Amino acid sequence: MLFERVGDRGPYFGEFGGRFVPEALIAALDELDEEYSRAAADPAFAAELDRLQREYTGRPSILTEVPRFAEHAGGARVLLKREDLNHTGSHKINNVLGQALLTVRMGKKRVIAETGAGQHGVATATAAALMGLECTVYMGEVDTRRQALNVARMRLLGAEVVPVSTGTATLKDALNEAFRDWVAHVDDTHYVLGTVAGPHPFPAMVRDFHRTIGVEARAQVLERVGRLPDLVAACVGGGSNAIGIFHAFLDDPQVQLLGLEAAGDGVETGRHAASITGGVSGVLHGARSMILQDEDGQTLDSHSISAGLDYPGVGPEHAHLASIGRARYEPVTDDEAMEAFRLLCRTEGIIPAIESAHALAGALRAGRELGPEGVVLVNLSGRGDKDVDTAARYFGLVSDADLVASEAERVSGPVEQTEANGW
Amino acid sequence: MSTTDLPAASAGADTTAPVPAGLSSASALDAARAAGRSALVGYLPAGFPDRAGCVDALRASVAAGLDVIELGLPYSDPVMDGPVIQAAAETALRGGTRIRHVLESVEQLASAPDGERAPVLVMSYWAPVLRYGVAAFARDLASAGGAGLITPDLVPDEAGDWIAASDEHGLERVFLVAPSSTPARLASTAAACRGWTYAASTMGVTGARTSVGSAAEGLVAAARGAGAERVCVGLGVSTGEQAAEVGAYADGVIVGSALVRALSDDGVAGLERVVRDLAAGVAGARG
Ligand SMILES: Cc1ncc(COP(=O)(O)O)c(C=O)c1O
Repeated sequence: MLFERVGDRGPYFGEFGGRFVPEALIAALDELDEEYSRAAADPAFAAELDRLQREYTGRPSILTEVPRFAEHAGGARVLLKREDLNHTGSHKINNVLGQALLTVRMGKKRVIAETGAGQHGVATATAAALMGLECTVYMGEVDTRRQALNVARMRLLGAEVVPVSTGTATLKDALNEAFRDWVAHVDDTHYVLGTVAGPHPFPAMVRDFHRTIGVEARAQVLERVGRLPDLVAACVGGGSNAIGIFHAFLDDPQVQLLGLEAAGDGVETGRHAASITGGVSGVLHGARSMILQDEDGQTLDSHSISAGLDYPGVGPEHAHLASIGRARYEPVTDDEAMEAFRLLCRTEGIIPAIESAHALAGALRAGRELGPEGVVLVNLSGRGDKDVDTAARYFGLVSDADLVASEAERVSGPVEQTEANGW
Repeated sequence: MSTTDLPAASAGADTTAPVPAGLSSASALDAARAAGRSALVGYLPAGFPDRAGCVDALRASVAAGLDVIELGLPYSDPVMDGPVIQAAAETALRGGTRIRHVLESVEQLASAPDGERAPVLVMSYWAPVLRYGVAAFARDLASAGGAGLITPDLVPDEAGDWIAASDEHGLERVFLVAPSSTPARLASTAAACRGWTYAASTMGVTGARTSVGSAAEGLVAAARGAGAERVCVGLGVSTGEQAAEVGAYADGVIVGSALVRALSDDGVAGLERVVRDLAAGVAGARG
C-alpha cells in the first residue's frame, strides 16, 4: 500500500510542533485532522490515492545508479531516488494529491497554497485542474521573478498567482498571506500547505503522504544492492522530501540520515537558510521549531540561490530528529550546490533542481567519508527545468546582451490573465 | 453539547492573584459599564511612527476618550494583521523598535499624568515573548506597570507557561474567540482569560471594514453564555457609527487600523478627531 498513516503523529515531536495559530483556525485544523483520520482508515481513500500515484504521477519512481558522478564521491555507490520524474517535476505532487482528495472529501471548492520555487504551486494548480477546484497560489514577489517559468505554468493550469510584496517578499511571506486568506475563507477553502511545517496536523499529514518515497526506495535499494544504504541524503527546506525518504529508515539504526540545509553564502556570513545549523528554538507559522530569529524573536531574512530552500524555518519533526541525534543536518553553500549541479549534468545527463543539488553536494561529502564500500541513497527531489535560467546566469552561459534582452521582454510583457486571451 | 451543560467558567476574574489597583483593564471596563456605556480600546504598534511619537499619540488619545490602551509589539510575521497594521509594524521595526523599547513605552504610558493615563495591555504574537522568555516577559511587563497581554496566535491549549507566569505577576491575559469557536472552546477560552475575552468580529484579519461582522453580536452572547465575564469586540471597527453599533452589546470596542491610518495620514490631531468620534459612538450606544 502506498499510503499509510503513521502512529507518531504529533501535535508534538518532542518539544517541537504544536499549534500556534489564531483561534479562528483551530476549528479548521480540527476538521482537517478528523477528516484525515477518517480518510486514513478508509480503504477507498488509499485506493484512490494509489491509483492517482500510479496512473497520474508515475509512481513508483525509479532508482538510478550514477557511477560517473560517484567517481567524485570517493567511489561510494550513489543511487538516486528519481522524484524528479514525477508528473509536475518534483516530489511535491505526492502530498498535493493526498490533500486535494481530502479537500474534495471535506466538500470544499477552493484550494490555496504558498510556493517558493513554484513546484508546490504548480503541483497544487495541477491537482486543482484535475479535480475541478478553484486555486489561488501566493508567491513572494522576489520568487515570481526568479521562477517566472513556474508562474506561467500555474497560470496555464488555471490558477491565480498572487505576488506577495510584504515583508521580505519571499516564501515566508507567501505563507503569511496564505494563512490570512485561509482565516477569511476557511468555510469553502482548504490550505494545501506545501511542506512538513505549520500547525498540527500538517507536519504529520504531509509526512505521511511523502512516506511513499522512502518506502519505495528502501525496497528498491535492498533489491538492487542486497542491503540497506549506509546513508540517506536529502535537501531540507521545510523538510518534506527529506522526511519522506528518511521515515522508512528511522528504525534502521545502521542507516545514517543526512539533511542538507541551504547555507547560501556560508552560515558564518549570516546570509543563509540553515535553520537547524544556524537557528534557535522558536515559533514560526504555527509551530515550535528551529527558526532563524534575532534575540527579539523577529524572523531573520534567509538567503539561498534556491528559492525552494529559502525559508527561515524547518518542520518540527526535523528539529526533533536533530535534537535526539537520529538525523544529522549539515549546511551546503550556494557554490557547493552549484558544483554538484554541474557535475550531475555533465557526468550523468541529468539536470537536477538546485534544491536537490544541495543533497547531491552532501552525498559527495558523505561518499568521500564512507569510501568505496559505501552506499549512498540521494533523494533527487526535483528536476532543473525551472532553474535553467538561474544556472545559466550562475555559470555565465548566456551573454549579458541576451540577458538584457530577455529581461526587457519579461518586464514589458507580463501576460495578463484575462478571459480574452483564453486563459 | 449545549452551552448550559458546560462548567461555569471562572471567567476573567481569578481573584487569587493580585491585580494592581487602578491599572487593570478590567476595572476600566467595569467603570465604563457603571457609567452605562461600553469602553473604547485603542491599538497602536509601539514605535510607530516612532517611539516618542507613539507614546504622545496614545496619551493624546486617552485625553480624547480612549479607556484602554492596546500597545502592539511589532513583529515580522503578523498573520492576524491586515496591510495597514503590518505596514506600521514594519515602520516600527525599521526604526529599531526592540522589546525593551516596548516595555519602556509601557512604563511611560503607565506613569503618564492623570487624564492621559489608561491601563496598558501589550498585544504580541507569541514568537517574541517566547524568545524573550515567558517568565522574564511577565516579570518585566508587570514591573513596567503593564496591565497584561493579548495573544492573537496563542490559544489557551498552548499557554501553560504564560498562564502560570501571568498568575504569578497578577497580569491580565486576553485570549481570542472567533465565530468558528465551538461552545466547548468558548468555555475553555473564557475560563483561561483573566480580565476579559477578545471576540474577533469576523473570520479575517485586522483592517477597517464597511460593516462589522453580523456574527459579532451572537459571538458576544455565546461567549457570555459560556462564562466570559467581559467581552470586547475587535476587527473591523473604524467609525463612530460602528462603535455605537458594537457598543450596544459589547463591554468594549477595539479599534486598530483606523487609528493607525488616522495617525499616519493626519498626525496626532487627526488621531484625536477619530478617537473623539469613536468615543461619542460608544457613549451614545445605549441611548
Ligand atoms: C525540487 C524541490 N526540492 C525540495 C524543495 C524543498 O521543499 P522540502 O524541504 O519541503 O522538501 C522544493 C521546494 O520548492 C523543491 O521544489
